[in-house]
Amino acid sequence: MSVLSGILIDGFSYGMILFMIAVGLSVTMGLMRVINLAHGGFALLGGAFAHWLTSIASLNYALSVILSVLAVMLIAIAMERALYKKIYQFSELQQVLATIGIAFLMIASVNLFLGSTLLPIRAPAFFSTSIDLGFRSLPAHRLVVIIAGLVIAGGLYILLDRTRFGIQLRAAVDNRDMAASLGINTVKIYALTFSLGAGLAAFGGILGAELLPIEAYYPLRYMVLFLVVVAVGGMGSIAGSFFAAISLGIIDTAARYIVPDFGTVFFFIAMMIVLTLRPHGLLGRI
Amino acid sequence: MSTDAAKTLAVTPPRKRFRTRLLLDLVLIGIGSATFFLFPENLGFVTRVLIMIIFVLSLDLVIGYAGIATLGHAALFGSGAYAAGLFAVYISADPLIGLAIGIIAGAVIAFLSGLILLRAGGLTLLMLSIAIAQILQEIANKERPLTGGSDGLLGIDMDPIFGIFAFDFFGRTGFWYVFVILVMVFFLLKLVVASPFGLAARGIHESPARMRAIGTPVYWRLVGIYTLAGAIAGIAGALSAQVTELVSLEALGFTLSAEALIMLILGGTGRLYGAIFGTVIFMSVHHWAASIDPFNWLFVIGGLVLVVVYFVPEGLLGLPAKLRQWLRAGR
Amino acid sequence: MSSGLEVKNLQKHFGGIVVANNICLDLKPGDRKALIGPNGAGKTTFANLLTGTLMPESGSIRLDGADILSLKESKRVRAGVAKTFQITTLFKAMSVRENIRLPILERERKSLNWLSSSASFPEVENEIEQLLTQFNLETFADLRVQDLAYGQQRLVEMALTLALKPRILILDEPSAGVPTSDAHIIIEAIERLPQDLAVLIIEHDMKLVFRVAARIVVLVNGAILLEGSPEEIAGNQQVRDLYLGASHAH
Repeated sequence: MSVLSGILIDGFSYGMILFMIAVGLSVTMGLMRVINLAHGGFALLGGAFAHWLTSIASLNYALSVILSVLAVMLIAIAMERALYKKIYQFSELQQVLATIGIAFLMIASVNLFLGSTLLPIRAPAFFSTSIDLGFRSLPAHRLVVIIAGLVIAGGLYILLDRTRFGIQLRAAVDNRDMAASLGINTVKIYALTFSLGAGLAAFGGILGAELLPIEAYYPLRYMVLFLVVVAVGGMGSIAGSFFAAISLGIIDTAARYIVPDFGTVFFFIAMMIVLTLRPHGLLGRI
Repeated sequence: MSTDAAKTLAVTPPRKRFRTRLLLDLVLIGIGSATFFLFPENLGFVTRVLIMIIFVLSLDLVIGYAGIATLGHAALFGSGAYAAGLFAVYISADPLIGLAIGIIAGAVIAFLSGLILLRAGGLTLLMLSIAIAQILQEIANKERPLTGGSDGLLGIDMDPIFGIFAFDFFGRTGFWYVFVILVMVFFLLKLVVASPFGLAARGIHESPARMRAIGTPVYWRLVGIYTLAGAIAGIAGALSAQVTELVSLEALGFTLSAEALIMLILGGTGRLYGAIFGTVIFMSVHHWAASIDPFNWLFVIGGLVLVVVYFVPEGLLGLPAKLRQWLRAGR
Repeated sequence: MSSGLEVKNLQKHFGGIVVANNICLDLKPGDRKALIGPNGAGKTTFANLLTGTLMPESGSIRLDGADILSLKESKRVRAGVAKTFQITTLFKAMSVRENIRLPILERERKSLNWLSSSASFPEVENEIEQLLTQFNLETFADLRVQDLAYGQQRLVEMALTLALKPRILILDEPSAGVPTSDAHIIIEAIERLPQDLAVLIIEHDMKLVFRVAARIVVLVNGAILLEGSPEEIAGNQQVRDLYLGASHAH
């Protein structure tokens, strides 16, 4: 019983991290049709900023998180205008290559300024306390992650379902040319969406640093993980990413508890089964 | 269209092309042999380049000719490497039998994974190809008693080739062994890409719907090409295991797949020479940049990749054609 | 046993729309039939049902008396039913010669050969030369298809399909995209097709249809309205109202 609830809670919070980082990737893939292998780089940059702000500049955690996320969003907008704008027209392989190149440059930059060691983020002491939920207690960090993930999922739902921006974005994902001919400024939508996705990745990267430690090679080390979430969930589907992230988080955690010798194999086998049966992902439309 | 215009646009007649290519091949073989005498201190590195060329040639068959976008080619290299390595450690240290084992391993893994992969396309295929390599890597990692896990497979000690040419400390035998195999693989691939089978592969790349319409079983044809490429990647893996006497988990790693792809695109896809030039240039830059500044060479590689993708998407071997185009437009 | 293609009671719908309603059609060796009808009448759907790209809900398709409905697309090609494409899906980066070589190698089951040069089969090369001559493509043989004019690409398309040695040839809009000044090239090419070949032409250009077709079938809303000689069709008031009238209104 305690093993089961342990798996569920750890798996769920792990899934939340995956969701926060991967959702932006899913939307950019669905909207811009870009295979962005550098997406994990935004999580790395977020984590690196947070490391610098908390450890070296000794800023308070919450403020550091906000500043880091904003910084990453600005960088993302600049990169979108300078680099990605052109990548949209590339063939699949060129996209893969260009974004690997960008990931290399991100790794090299972090490496240059902060080195290739682990970059710990000084979290508030509260995170390591445990909270009693009545039926069991769990680390406060897990609770924060789960709440943050749910808030973001809910926020995205409202943003997409209830706002003008959301309607325009969904129109653009469904049919880019149609949206453009209806007078929707797709260029602006692309840039904003890209930046928002990068910001979420940074946030997820910082919050998830305990599970996926921040270091220079982060983008390559965990890239596959994020891509799998997108592929399984279906490109461009936020709900798909959510369910895929949670299921994969729980499968992976369960495998680690039950058959620790075969860690990630189950994760990939689960993915292969889904993709063989549903080549466009669980909720893919394309 | 006038006959005159037809002449300037025409593809060079095969016979003439064949002769210039043959000359080029002889020059390449000359340069390849010369490296043995030019870099006696660095034979280990030169041999690694040659092995990598075989691997990238195999990737060119898959990506450049058949148009299968994969990011998991290391699965086939690593299978060949582990098969040949394990065979050498536990069964027999004969290099040629070991090479054959590597070929079979690469082909079998390619056939089996191809059955799954080639039903998909686009992002799904990319993901599945990565996943297959990761699963194999995880298995190699967990089978520590057999494979050495993350320490790598040690204890490979090859017998002399044909019982005569012993592998020496300086890597001289290793160099010639790999070089001869590379030349054989290269000429085999030249035959294959000029054959009906190769023509059909290009046809599938350009227009799968049309190939189906002319009666080609496209899926099985792709499985066939992928299996052949697997055998060649298996050769590269086996050679690497035998010459370096080590197989590490990186042989199945994502980085190897990604780097091979970079080398291929750098040189230019769909032309075997592209695989050769791309590999030589990438590995030389890598070697040079990493020895000057072991921490910041990724800047160089990342920058190089971006420059190629943004400015010469056809690869470096596409440069002459591009220059001609500019000149013609300028006139 | 009857020779040629025999289509009976073909039925197919997409959602609530009937795209093939009880279609019956015969195509005998030597036939030159045209299938016409307004946009959305189901012409392309019908062609796709014949080639096996789509499967009907009911009905039968027989070739020389043998059922071919259960055959997949690639098998039907081998059985002798071939179709040109509405949108050119030629091998654009290959030369004209290679475009024609591919289907011949495939037909002759040589395409699994991976060790001899694809140009090393004299009988294949002879056949390529014949097709190049038949379609006046000799001068362009070594050009890439993407460098050809649209009309010539259409000819390559026909040569490629003919290289499969079909007994039933479906020409899907052979003159689409070809400038009017070049339409005669296409007409001449159709007139020079082998005499015993059964040809079904799906076409918008009425000039071409009346020039090459001996029989015309009018398709409206997935059903055959009528079949007759060009004179009968031209004189039919219903056709004028439904189809010709609509096209004149453009």
